[in-house]
Amino acid sequence: MKCEEVSKELVTYIDGRTGTGTRRVEEHLAVCEACRTRAEEFRKISMVLDEVPAIEPSFGFDARLRQRIAAQPRRPRFVWFVRQPRLALSMALLAALAIMVAKLPLGNPVARPGSAAVQQEDFNAIRNLGVLENYDVVTKLGALSDLTAMPANDAQPPLRQPNQQPSSDGGNGGA
Amino acid sequence: MARSDVQLMMDVKAGDDESFDLLLRKYRSPLVNFLGRMVHDRATAEDLAQEVFLRVYRARKQYTPSAKFTTWLFRIATNLALNSVRDHRHQRMEVSIDAPKNDEDESLPRELPARGMRIDERMIERDRTEFIRRAVLALPEKQRAAVVLHKYEDLEYAEIANVLECSESALKSLLFRAYESLRVQLAPMIATQPVATPAGKGRQA
Repeated sequence: MKCEEVSKELVTYIDGRTGTGTRRVEEHLAVCEACRTRAEEFRKISMVLDEVPAIEPSFGFDARLRQRIAAQPRRPRFVWFVRQPRLALSMALLAALAIMVAKLPLGNPVARPGSAAVQQEDFNAIRNLGVLENYDVVTKLGALSDLTAMPANDAQPPLRQPNQQPSSDGGNGGA
Repeated sequence: MARSDVQLMMDVKAGDDESFDLLLRKYRSPLVNFLGRMVHDRATAEDLAQEVFLRVYRARKQYTPSAKFTTWLFRIATNLALNSVRDHRHQRMEVSIDAPKNDEDESLPRELPARGMRIDERMIERDRTEFIRRAVLALPEKQRAAVVLHKYEDLEYAEIANVLECSESALKSLLFRAYESLRVQLAPMIATQPVATPAGKGRQA
């Protein structure tokens, strides 16, 4: 074994970890004074290094660490989703498409006849008409034909029914 | 029956914070001890040790037992320590005895101080322990990490090599170069040291 080879093994040797190589190192040391001196000094270095005491954590180390852990920002629940940009994009497109489809009927101005919305719209139109307009519209409403005429002494004239001549007896048809 | 480190970490991954506390209690001292010898002040060492545990906690969901837990733990610690040392290198006021500028310069011959000169003066100012500590701190970072992991953490060669991401042969070279530097820096102490025990008997348990 050459000095160079032995040198690399010296720390291992003084450590007692050379295993099967120990005998070869010892054979070399027996005949090489330079390597023997070096080995001896390495062993002394190892002993000197042992003099330095261990460094212990200070009091409160655990408490400070727990505080730091508690202060960690919480990971978003759907972070896995963000890590898959293709999936995220696909899902976003699908969501946008669904919203567009859902909005289609609302944007259509053609209302379905007989629906509650149409009835409400008609009612509002009638209620908001001016007096003159209101008269024509109201008198033409078929739904009012069932109403009986008002008494003669009433201050207001009875409503005129469509396709009906005004009667002289107050509208009761005589009896 | 005591759970292995890997089992504890798998339990942490499953949401068991008590297992994390067990790992913390087991490894806070070794980590602070290691980092305290790698960086120049204790406060930084503690901060870095906490950062190691924080990273372990943050990475718990992604943990896969591909290596020994201690290898993973000390690799995180070593990387943090090396980054910290490099970041703060310009702030260091201590004059290194013969540390090279970086690890690439390790193969170059160094200007060694004459034995017995000024070292004694330094020893007057500092106590013996502090002097040894500073000698270790004066080593290039990777050599320092190798010495500390080998001498003070008592990790196996294969594990230290894994932590430092080098071969076992490269690790032995690192240790040899480190001991050669220490042989010069600690010369006055070596001279007064009694003759050591026979080969292979000096290993600490």
